[in-house]
Amino acid sequence: MKSLPLLFLGIFITMALSWSVVVLFPHQQMQNLTPASSDLTDDQEKPIGGAVYYVDGKPYLGKNIEGDDTFPVKLVGEAQRGKLVYEEMGCMYCHTQQVRRQGYGADFERGWGERQSVPRDYILQERVMLGSMRTGPDLTNVGSRYPAEWHYQHLYNAQITSKGSTMPPFPFLFEIKEVSENFGPSADAVDMQAYNPGPGYEVVPTQRAKDLVAYLMNLKQDYELPEIKFSE
Amino acid sequence: MSSNPSLVESINPSNGPVLDMRARLGEVDDSMRKPAMLFLVSAVFWLLAGTLLAMVAAIKATNQDFLGDSEWMTFGRIHAAHLNTMIYGWGNNIIFAVAPWIMARLCKARIRHTNILMLAGIFWNVALTIGILGIFKGDMIGVEYLEMPQYVAPIMLITYALVGVWVVIAFRFRQSEHVYVSQWYILAAFFWLPWLYSVAQIMLVFEPATGVVQSLTNWWYQHNLMGLWLTPIALGTAYYLIPKVLGRPIHSYYLSVVGFWSLAMFFAFAGIHSLIGGPVPAWVISIGVVSSVMLLIPIVVTAINLHLTVVGAHNEGWASPTMRFVVFGAINFTAVGVIGAMMSLRHVSETTHFTHFTVGHAHHALYAFFSMIMFGAVYYMMPRLLLKEWRNPFLIKAHWYMSGMGGILMVVALMVGGWVQGMQMNALDADGAPVYDFLQIVENTKPFLWARSMGGLMIMVGHFAFAMNVFWMIFSPVEVDKVTEPTLLTSTPDKA
Repeated sequence: MKSLPLLFLGIFITMALSWSVVVLFPHQQMQNLTPASSDLTDDQEKPIGGAVYYVDGKPYLGKNIEGDDTFPVKLVGEAQRGKLVYEEMGCMYCHTQQVRRQGYGADFERGWGERQSVPRDYILQERVMLGSMRTGPDLTNVGSRYPAEWHYQHLYNAQITSKGSTMPPFPFLFEIKEVSENFGPSADAVDMQAYNPGPGYEVVPTQRAKDLVAYLMNLKQDYELPEIKFSE
Repeated sequence: MSSNPSLVESINPSNGPVLDMRARLGEVDDSMRKPAMLFLVSAVFWLLAGTLLAMVAAIKATNQDFLGDSEWMTFGRIHAAHLNTMIYGWGNNIIFAVAPWIMARLCKARIRHTNILMLAGIFWNVALTIGILGIFKGDMIGVEYLEMPQYVAPIMLITYALVGVWVVIAFRFRQSEHVYVSQWYILAAFFWLPWLYSVAQIMLVFEPATGVVQSLTNWWYQHNLMGLWLTPIALGTAYYLIPKVLGRPIHSYYLSVVGFWSLAMFFAFAGIHSLIGGPVPAWVISIGVVSSVMLLIPIVVTAINLHLTVVGAHNEGWASPTMRFVVFGAINFTAVGVIGAMMSLRHVSETTHFTHFTVGHAHHALYAFFSMIMFGAVYYMMPRLLLKEWRNPFLIKAHWYMSGMGGILMVVALMVGGWVQGMQMNALDADGAPVYDFLQIVENTKPFLWARSMGGLMIMVGHFAFAMNVFWMIFSPVEVDKVTEPTLLTSTPDKA
């Protein structure tokens, strides 16, 4: 290498280019995304069947239909805290939160979603955990698939609901308590079937378990967006 | 090895008398002794810790009840701790030991004020320890490769800078006219890493970007940590060690230039292929796929260049501990690159994505390529720093066979297992329903995971042999007259 300034320039430019193209441009593109109703209208309040409409060949962003619900929705309360539990337990190493389009992989056939995930689905998430591994199933819509009790059992020991699963048990998210003589079993005690403690004892979820299950029950992409409809 | 004058000429053909040269290199080695050994010893400790964590994680992957009652030992945290221990503990420490040393030697620049390097080494490892404990404690950040809690990130960046600055200073005050290919790689890598790390920390942790821009940034960081930090350092090391040990120049200067620039150009965009099928704009993914395929250029070019340098010297190579590891790593650089290009194709990715295949690919790159070259560098560097020889060639052989074979077993098991997993995951019957139940696939993957654990066990044996030899050498007395007799693994290296 004869010219050192050229070497430095090259080292700088390769990095600057890749940062711009891979990170900054998409950042610029996605900044405009906001929660949307399932259809958008133009300024005449006519549905436009997409995200943009054109006046004299110029594109304009569609407007939300007045009074319709907009999606996605921000997590609040227990579900919001539950996401932190999901994060600190490293759930994302075995579970994804992204549905691929129909015909690419078998995400639809496995019942993991009714439509492909799109960038707008994630705009309100402080931490996006798409995941890169499916040792366990995709969780994008797990909130629609099972009742809360199923999740408690599954978290306490996955063998209760899914025999042969290799998911780690999370007994430390639960307390084993003596059943109160005066009041009987607690309201939120969960029947752990073969994994129930001895007679006179019950398994009660801690607040962290409740938060986590609230989060899981909130994992749903069961709405349509201007750019994506069911079965796409 | 060090007694052969032509070695030195191969690095810089235009320098003065050999004795003078050796004296100057001795001076450089002398100045680097303490900091390099601090980083090296830390690296070995982290390597052992990471190996143990890997074993625990591997057992848990098939036997989920193992240590299942402990929150600190839950799979997710062990996994994250293993990953960070290996990359920032083993990887970065060994780079901080080897790369500044190679840079200083090539620049013939004595490193001054090494106290600052020592300080950086202490801070780096303290920060790392806090970070790993933070993961266990539950402060883990849900971003792959950046799981260490945010309170250690600034310390790590600063201490990193304290190391990097000496690389730049050595380069600035270099005594040689010619700039060798290893110097480009090391200089570039030390420039790229802080950029990657600080951008990723800011856009993912301190001021998280909107939605899936986070995922793009994460994959940009993750892949470039491999491609623009570990890879250039490992290649720079290989470019330094192969001519040094064999005493012959690099095959082609021109090919090194092409290899360097094409690697920088294409690796920087390749990471996005990991989001194929994901909720990100299609045009970004297309760029990722195209550049991943274009990566074949630097991979083929560098492979030709390194392997043509080795051709015809196989007996010498086989006799040298350094060469065994470096050539093993170089061959796997080619293999991992070709497989990576395949995986980036959309219809291949449909199967391999979200499976153990990807895990296999990561270990292929980080272990069979990067780590093996770094082991080779340690076998070359320590005798020169400590003026002692390796105490036990058998331990070196054990390390090589166990790491080499264990590594291959692990990678093959994960890749074949991942392929089977992916095929079964996507298989549909005539009615369009999945052929395999999900739990059936979990069961079918287990034999491959057991094979992976076997590979891991072999690697662990190798690492303990390595560590034993390292500490044996450190604690043994200096024997001056043995210095010129390098450790060889075969008795008649010159038979060819």
